[in-house]
Amino acid sequence: MWETFILYSSYILLILGSFLSITFGLGLLRFPDFYSRTHAAGVADTLCAALIIFGLSLQSGFSLITLKLFLILLFLWFTSPTSSFTLASTAYRCGYGVKNKETGN
Amino acid sequence: MELAIDIILLGFLIIVAIAVVKLRDLFASVILFGIYSLLSAAIFVTLDAVDVAFTEAAVGAGISSILILSTLALTSRNEKPSRHSIFLPLLVVIITGSTLVFGTLDMPAFADPDAPIHKHVAPRYIQDSYQEVGMPNIVTSVLASYRGYDTMGEVVVIFTAGVAVLLLLSSVRHKEDELSNLVDLKHHPILLYVTQILIPLILMFALYVQFHGDYGPGGGFQAGVIFAAGFILYSMIIGIDKVRETFTPKCLRWLAVTGVMLYIGVGIATLILGGEFLNYSVLAEDKLSGQHWGIFLVELGVGITVTATMLSLFLSFSEVRRTP
Repeated sequence: MWETFILYSSYILLILGSFLSITFGLGLLRFPDFYSRTHAAGVADTLCAALIIFGLSLQSGFSLITLKLFLILLFLWFTSPTSSFTLASTAYRCGYGVKNKETGN
Repeated sequence: MELAIDIILLGFLIIVAIAVVKLRDLFASVILFGIYSLLSAAIFVTLDAVDVAFTEAAVGAGISSILILSTLALTSRNEKPSRHSIFLPLLVVIITGSTLVFGTLDMPAFADPDAPIHKHVAPRYIQDSYQEVGMPNIVTSVLASYRGYDTMGEVVVIFTAGVAVLLLLSSVRHKEDELSNLVDLKHHPILLYVTQILIPLILMFALYVQFHGDYGPGGGFQAGVIFAAGFILYSMIIGIDKVRETFTPKCLRWLAVTGVMLYIGVGIATLILGGEFLNYSVLAEDKLSGQHWGIFLVELGVGITVTATMLSLFLSFSEVRRTP
């Protein structure tokens, strides 16, 4: 009973993660400007990675693999928000796509 | 299922390759090259070649992207339109390509169990390497022990390539203006903070990869690249001057030579102790611990040379500036 529950919750997490990945990929293609696209990519990197890794760790049980998966997740949670933030912030400072603002640059 | 994954990955590989050829924007080409390497790494993982995948991800997607990007800083961002006619190159490519395809017709079919490669040495590697070399990771024992000559050649190739690039760059050295503070990092406190957290972890991971190569995927090449990547990250985000002070060109040259000499020195030591060149079994009384020591030292040499070469390439690329 418990095993079935774990198995199905891992399936649900994996499918949800994959579905959201595809959705954010679509957003990356269809969103109108640079910042919303960066947003889509950043959310996909953190949320979908978390869902998929949680799903996989449910399948692997308590083992070294789970620990490694969580280390990967931790690394992703550090790096991907930082990179999307840096990308967006650098673009903003270089004046990319903020023409209607009267900043003068 | 596996077939579907293979087809999707290979299809993406072809699409990315065509996009790289078609694009005039070299910056985008470099990024696509990184994606290409990552896709190849994924294909290697599905083929269960984890060591190769690791190398491809670390070298192809990681450090070569950085090195090519820093090369782009020296040249222009866009590819110049070529004025040659395309017919002669097309003819050459068609002739070469059809010759190559013709050459592969004689090769055994893909994954043929009767192919010579599966009959000749592979069974010995798989069955006997644990008794002969004592490494759980067969790839490491093949790479560093059975095929120690080839790996020595690879290290010498990396060393030679590094020396050649340094020689080429030393003749075009202009130090016009300091562009190292092009990006004002005061606006990126988060980036600085996260980098400071990550760099020790990256260096520690590199050491893990270096010394854990006997048991899991990894080894000198990957570790050297990751180690260099940690320092490159430091010099890009926190400041290149401190890295320059620590790794002076002289120091890097010495390190690169030390790695190669360590490798060759192990070979000469085995000769002196009465074995063949790079036969590590004579290094200790016990055959297996001799192999262990030999592989440890050889991989260390590889790691040192790769780190020093990559770092000196990056540092010299960032030193040479484009004339305005």
